[in-house]
Amino acid sequence: MRRKSLMDRVRLMGRAAIDIVAVLGRSGIFLVHALLGRGGIGGGFQLLVRQLYSVGVMSLAIIVVSGVFIGMVLSLQGFSILAKYGSEQAVGQMVALTLLRELGPVVTALLFAGRAGSALTAEIGNMKSTEQLSSLEMIGVDPLKYIVAPRLWAGFISLPLLAMIFSVVGIWGGSWVAVDWLGVYEGSFWANMQNSVSFSDDVLNGVIKSVVFAFVVTWIAVFQGYDCEPTSEGISRATTKTVVYASLAVLGLDFILTALMFGDF
Amino acid sequence: MQNRTLETGVGLFLLAGILALLLLALRVSGLTASATNDSYKLYAYFDNSAGLTVRAKVTMAGVTIGKVTAIDLDRDTFTGRVTMEVQKGVNNLPIDSTASILTAGLLGEKYIGISVGGDDKLLKDGSTIHDTQSALVLEDLIGKFLMNTVSKDAK
Repeated sequence: MRRKSLMDRVRLMGRAAIDIVAVLGRSGIFLVHALLGRGGIGGGFQLLVRQLYSVGVMSLAIIVVSGVFIGMVLSLQGFSILAKYGSEQAVGQMVALTLLRELGPVVTALLFAGRAGSALTAEIGNMKSTEQLSSLEMIGVDPLKYIVAPRLWAGFISLPLLAMIFSVVGIWGGSWVAVDWLGVYEGSFWANMQNSVSFSDDVLNGVIKSVVFAFVVTWIAVFQGYDCEPTSEGISRATTKTVVYASLAVLGLDFILTALMFGDF
Repeated sequence: MQNRTLETGVGLFLLAGILALLLLALRVSGLTASATNDSYKLYAYFDNSAGLTVRAKVTMAGVTIGKVTAIDLDRDTFTGRVTMEVQKGVNNLPIDSTASILTAGLLGEKYIGISVGGDDKLLKDGSTIHDTQSALVLEDLIGKFLMNTVSKDAK
C-alpha cells in the first residue's frame, strides 16, 4: 500500500467534504425539479394512484401487525411498572401518549424506510441501470415528472396516514391487553387517556412529525435510486444507503422536533 | 379491471387514514366539537392549589359537570385563582356552594368537587365561589403528624 503524505490526506478530506456538499446540492435541485418542474405530476392521477397502492396499501400489513404488538408490549410493560405504585389505571394515558408523540411517527417511518423506501430505491436504480430512464428522455418524456414525482407524492401522502393507523391500532392493542387481559377498569383506562391527551398538543404534533419524516424518507429513497451507480453493485449500495441514511435522519430529526414541540423552551 | 381494484384499494387506504385521525381526535383525545359554547365561567380562590392542572375535571356528587381552564396567582391576596367552565345545564348552583380540591385515589389526579349550599341566590357567569377548601399536601400532613409526636414526647 502506498504511503500517503500529510498533504494527500488533507486533500482527500477536502474532496470528501466537497463531495458531500455536491450531493446535497444535487439532491436539492432534484427535489425542486421533481416537485415544481413543468406542471406537477405527469400522467395525472393514474400514476399517483398506482404508486399510492404499491407504497401505501402494500405497507399496511406490516404497519398494522407491528402496531398491535408494540401497543400490547407497551401496555404490558407499563402495567407491571405502574402496578408497583398502585396507579395501573394510568396505563391508558401512558400507551396513548407514547404512541402519539414518539413511537407512532418514528417506528412507522423506520418501517416505511425498510419496506417502501428500499423498494423505491431499487426500482428506480434498476430503471437507471437498464437505461429505461435515458430512453424515456430520448423519446421526450421527462423521467422526473413521470417516474419520480408520483413516487415522491405517494410517499408524502401515505406515511402520515400509516402513522395514524399505527397509533390507533397500537392503542387498540394496548387496551386489549390492559382491559381484557390484565383487568384494568375500562372506564378509567379511556377517561385517563382522554383527560391527558390533547388534540392540538399531542395528536397534531405527532402528525406534523410524521409529515416531516415522510418528506425526508421519501426524498432520500427516491434520490438514492436516481443518483446510484447504474450497476447491480451500485443499486445494492444505494438501497443500503437509503435504509441507513433514512433511519439516521428520522432518529436525529425526531430529537430536534421533540425538543421544539415538547421541550418547553 | 386491474385498475379498478387498485383504485378501490387506495380509496380504502385513504379512508382508513382519515378514520384513524377521527378516532384519535374523538376517542383518544376526547375532543368535542361543541364544548366551548354551552358553558359558563366560575372563579374560586384557593390558599393552596398544588397538584391541580388545567383540564382537570369539576365534579358534583361524583358527576363531571365541567373542567378547569386556567390557574393563576392573584397578586393581591397571594392565593391561587382557579377558573372553571361549568356546563350551562347546571345553572342552579347556590351562591354559598363549596369548592374543594380532591384527589382521585391515593396518588391519582387532583380534581375539584363542588358541594351544594343552601342559599336562594345562584352563581352566575363570572361569579366567585368564596367557600373553598385547599388541596391536601402530603408533606404538610406528615409535618403536622411529626410535630404532634415530638410534642407528645416532650411532655
